[in-house]
Amino acid sequence: MRSKIFLRKLFLNLPIWIFAILWLLPFIALVIMSIKPYTEVILSGWWSIGGNYTLKNYIEVLTNPSYNFLRGLGNSFIISSLSTVIPIIFAAMLAYSLNYLSFKYKTLLFILILFFMSVPQQMVVIPLFNLYVKVGLHDTLLGIILLHSAWGVPWIAFFMRNYFKMIPQSLIEAARVDGAPESTIFFRILMPVSIPALIAASAIQFTWVWGDFFYAMVFLPTPANYVVTQRLALLKGQYHIDWGLLSAGAILTMLPPLLMYVAFKKYFVRGFIGWGVKG
Amino acid sequence: MKIKGIKDLVIFLGPPLAILAIFVFYPILGTIIISFLSGSSFTFENYRAVLFETIPLKALIVASPGPYPPWGALVHNAVWIVIAVPAVVLLGMVLAYTLRKIFGSSIVLGIIFLGMVLPGVVSGLIIRFMFDGYIGIFPRIFSLFNIPLLSSTWTIYPETALLALILGSIWLWLGFSVTLYSAGLDSIPSSLIEAALIDGASEREIFTKIIVPQLKPVTIVVTLMTVMWILKIFDIVYVVTGGGPGGASTVLALIMYMYFASALEHNKAAAVAVILAALTLIPAYWYIRMVLSGEKYEE
Repeated sequence: MRSKIFLRKLFLNLPIWIFAILWLLPFIALVIMSIKPYTEVILSGWWSIGGNYTLKNYIEVLTNPSYNFLRGLGNSFIISSLSTVIPIIFAAMLAYSLNYLSFKYKTLLFILILFFMSVPQQMVVIPLFNLYVKVGLHDTLLGIILLHSAWGVPWIAFFMRNYFKMIPQSLIEAARVDGAPESTIFFRILMPVSIPALIAASAIQFTWVWGDFFYAMVFLPTPANYVVTQRLALLKGQYHIDWGLLSAGAILTMLPPLLMYVAFKKYFVRGFIGWGVKG
Repeated sequence: MKIKGIKDLVIFLGPPLAILAIFVFYPILGTIIISFLSGSSFTFENYRAVLFETIPLKALIVASPGPYPPWGALVHNAVWIVIAVPAVVLLGMVLAYTLRKIFGSSIVLGIIFLGMVLPGVVSGLIIRFMFDGYIGIFPRIFSLFNIPLLSSTWTIYPETALLALILGSIWLWLGFSVTLYSAGLDSIPSSLIEAALIDGASEREIFTKIIVPQLKPVTIVVTLMTVMWILKIFDIVYVVTGGGPGGASTVLALIMYMYFASALEHNKAAAVAVILAALTLIPAYWYIRMVLSGEKYEE
């Protein structure tokens, strides 16, 4: 009887684990290719464990001035950090207004926010491109930071609003009865209890901005301003592909979001659930 | 009191609304207006032109001389939705359900979710690698079975390029679906399943008669979100195939970029953007209605 249960368990577990390993296989291959000389990968395949291991690919990607990967990483880091902090503050204020202040056309504003969440990026670039060229924001980090920040506000506001709904209303009301000004309620009471939501939203927003490619291609045409995703795309030659270099570059590019994911896994997953289904 | 209320509104609503007005609302209106401008007149000319364009890397409906089969980006997006959405929904549901009975299910979930955090360009390169003729996983497997068409690099042949991208997108997006279904399963009361067990229901009956219907709201959300994601897809296509070979894997967002960056035809690019946004609005409208009806139910 016991062995029968064990067999059933095995029968369920085995396919799922094989599935998971197959799902992970491209990542494993990427890591192996990045630490092997490419000639060996071509000759004997990345699946052969023997042979030489080297960090040459990483060194080449990071130090070769024609790839300028470090500059790309730096630009991405500046853009992603600022484009996370700014919209979080603005979106929290917007969510606060939606939940705790009373004003006309609140429902309309809420619908507009939901609508903005679903608009494709392609829908805003042409007028902004013209505007940016006119006012000198084109090809500047500031220009793309402002755009990413604005773009993040709708979904974070929606997300924060759902989170605020779960906080007992009495907390805010008690502070109001005590005569606390709204700004005190917001910064001293609401923000501290919202830290999990702030972390979740920051982690996801940072990941999305880091991964952006479309906005960067439109608004950062000069190589000195390239972000890391643009650098990586350039690393893939038109005809010849050096998978050694490319996999090292790919791993460097995905490392920051990956670390973010590992560090905040719980928040991350909850964030996605809150984004999809309402809280 | 009244003045204080207005002051608070200005402080809290002012900055976010200002940034939304300048960087989101104004350019959306601008794009709509630009899409109707042709020369100095206000017409549908741009829409007509982009819809009936037949150059392979710009065609929306029919391409000529086309890849095989000679379809444009709109058709590619539609094919993508028809293949990927059912796959993501079915796999997601079955996996989430099975994972509840597995050792280390959170690790498996973590692995499947990885695709969601990757930058699009990295995902693209991994897809390119998976289907590489020399070192890729898929062509290797098919070469064991001696199928020549599927044993070479999928992304450089018109017959297989789009399919490679679609399969790759399933690999990327499954994490979203499994995660939502897992959360959905958590919220099904266990008493429901226990009652069915007492009534002698089989495992399969429980899944099809209780689990699937209970998960219907999640299925709707997963479907809508996946459709929106596929309509907007850009990065992985740009990196892996660039819409090629010969326009065999173009998508709407890519065509918009072609008009905008390569051809500098801003009016036509705007028209494609509006078509893309209008299509996205169909699932978005449904989703917004769902959210709003959930609100009323709560109050």
